[in-house]
Amino acid sequence: MADTKRQQSILIVDDEFIVRTSLSKWFAQDGYKTAAAEDAIHALKMMDAGPWDVIILDIKMPGMDGLELLKKLREIDTSAQIIMATAFASVESAVQALKDGAFDYVTKPIDPDHLSHLVSNAIRQKMLSNENTLLHQHISETAVSSEIVGESPQMARVLDLSMTVAKTDTTVMIRGESGTGKELIARTIHANSARRYFPIIPVNCGAVSESLLESELFGHERGAFTSAQYRRKGKFEMADGGTIFLDEIGTISQKMQVELLRVIEAKQFMRVGGSETVHSDFRVICATNRNLEAAIADGSFREDLYYRLNVFSISVPPLRERRVDIPQLAQFFMHKYAAVMNKNVSEITPDTMDILMRYDWPGNVRELENVIERAMVLAVSTSIRTCDMPFQTVPKKEGPADRTLNAVERVHIEEMLKQNNWNISRTAEVLAIDRVTLYNKIEKYGLKKP
Amino acid sequence: MQSIKLVPVLPVSIDLLRSLCAPLEAEYRLPVRVDAAHAFDSECAFDVSRGQCNSSVVLAELLRLFPGHDGKLLAITSVDLFIPVLTFVFGEAQLNDLAAVASGCRLREEFYGMASDEGLFRERVLKEAVHELGHTFGLLHCRDFNCVMHSSTSVDEVDIKGAHLCAQCAAAVPGRRL
Repeated sequence: MADTKRQQSILIVDDEFIVRTSLSKWFAQDGYKTAAAEDAIHALKMMDAGPWDVIILDIKMPGMDGLELLKKLREIDTSAQIIMATAFASVESAVQALKDGAFDYVTKPIDPDHLSHLVSNAIRQKMLSNENTLLHQHISETAVSSEIVGESPQMARVLDLSMTVAKTDTTVMIRGESGTGKELIARTIHANSARRYFPIIPVNCGAVSESLLESELFGHERGAFTSAQYRRKGKFEMADGGTIFLDEIGTISQKMQVELLRVIEAKQFMRVGGSETVHSDFRVICATNRNLEAAIADGSFREDLYYRLNVFSISVPPLRERRVDIPQLAQFFMHKYAAVMNKNVSEITPDTMDILMRYDWPGNVRELENVIERAMVLAVSTSIRTCDMPFQTVPKKEGPADRTLNAVERVHIEEMLKQNNWNISRTAEVLAIDRVTLYNKIEKYGLKKP
Repeated sequence: MQSIKLVPVLPVSIDLLRSLCAPLEAEYRLPVRVDAAHAFDSECAFDVSRGQCNSSVVLAELLRLFPGHDGKLLAITSVDLFIPVLTFVFGEAQLNDLAAVASGCRLREEFYGMASDEGLFRERVLKEAVHELGHTFGLLHCRDFNCVMHSSTSVDEVDIKGAHLCAQCAAAVPGRRL
């Protein structure tokens, strides 16, 4: 029996009545929905009755000819597969039709076997194209930063900067303490960029020895060194069309810094032991927890590479500077591990949350995740309790003797200034106030930079 | 009672048409008979520029000869058939209507430079006769490779498919008695 899925449709555009009727009847026996138009005007009107999977279009027609109509039809529906048919074939018209987006070109009379396969292939191509579009949409929908958790103004700013720079091809340097989620930010930038359909290739520069890093980044030819039994693609080559994420960029040697600078600028390189130049179109996102300015000052990091990498900088704040995000992060990890471990744990007791909020988290979000994972292993009830924590108490900080609001505010501002090395902009950002207000408060409370 | 009439479009062997009666009766559970009295010459549908007969013209002539006929009409010929947009057709049928035509021209091994095989030829003609009549009963091309209603645009495909309707196609023939 004929297929019961959506009936595929064919529009036949030909000025000859006999061609329209005979083709319509012929395709109808295959179960296709068919319609016919005698000229360009009727064909354009018939587009409202579409979408048509396949359009069989005669080239030689009175008024607008098939080649001109082809362009109009492509403007209206880019997904319809158009097969040009003519009794007067010429190489020029065939080339022009294919250049203008026709699926194929046939000469009348058409071999029925050829036409049957041609239409089947055109429909298969359209289905694949539609599937591809749907998958692209799916990727775009899932590419949002669902794993970046936090509602603090600092994280909102980081996300905002990430989304802004994602739309460009600019090199990005992500800075922040270890465990703050720099790779997650890099992945968010990539996932929201035009390169998202190509891979993001992470390289942990600090985890590979210098000798191996060169082969890791640029690949190697067979026999380049003792254990190189096969040719191997490097990370730069694998990142072609996508993004290379260079983590812990501050740890690479002087020699690799020179190599890296050259590759980033030229976008071409040679595999280790090879003589062939390899071209690769990649975007660079790098990350570091080191003070690169200090590294430049002491000569351990090249200034030219620094400026090449530090085009657009994003600083990810440490967790202690965005404590407001701790409950949400803790809940996120709790649900994550509850699913992974198949445990019915759905809440964190207020005492436990108090501990989590007061702890300073030197290992940042990574440490918080580990603590929650450990607690989930230990949890015997439906909630995470203080006894599940690796630390049961966190010493409360001494508050000012004077309990007035002004005294508390003074102590808090002073502490934030110390934590941010008296960087006024960063401190103002952490406190969610503008710089002028911060200056006024520094003056009001007589705070002095040590 | 509805019946199937086989009409010779000359030149064609009347014996070939007679050999189709019994298997077609078995397939469609309807009386089938050859109407040699209404045989007509394919000349009326001959197209000089193509050197073939226009199958649509054959169908029109068939309908003209049997006005108001209650049943199915199948013309059988040995001449090569075409519809204007295609290089050839094995046959043509009115979908869910009265008439159909099938040609044995391209079903002969000799057409492809091979030695004659009368048995294979008759098998192919029967398949095409069942196929074209199937369209007149409203059947579309079937996805089942073994079903005679599977589309065949080359003689190899005619050989691959079976000679009978699949269960689903058979069930879809209106009034077909089990």
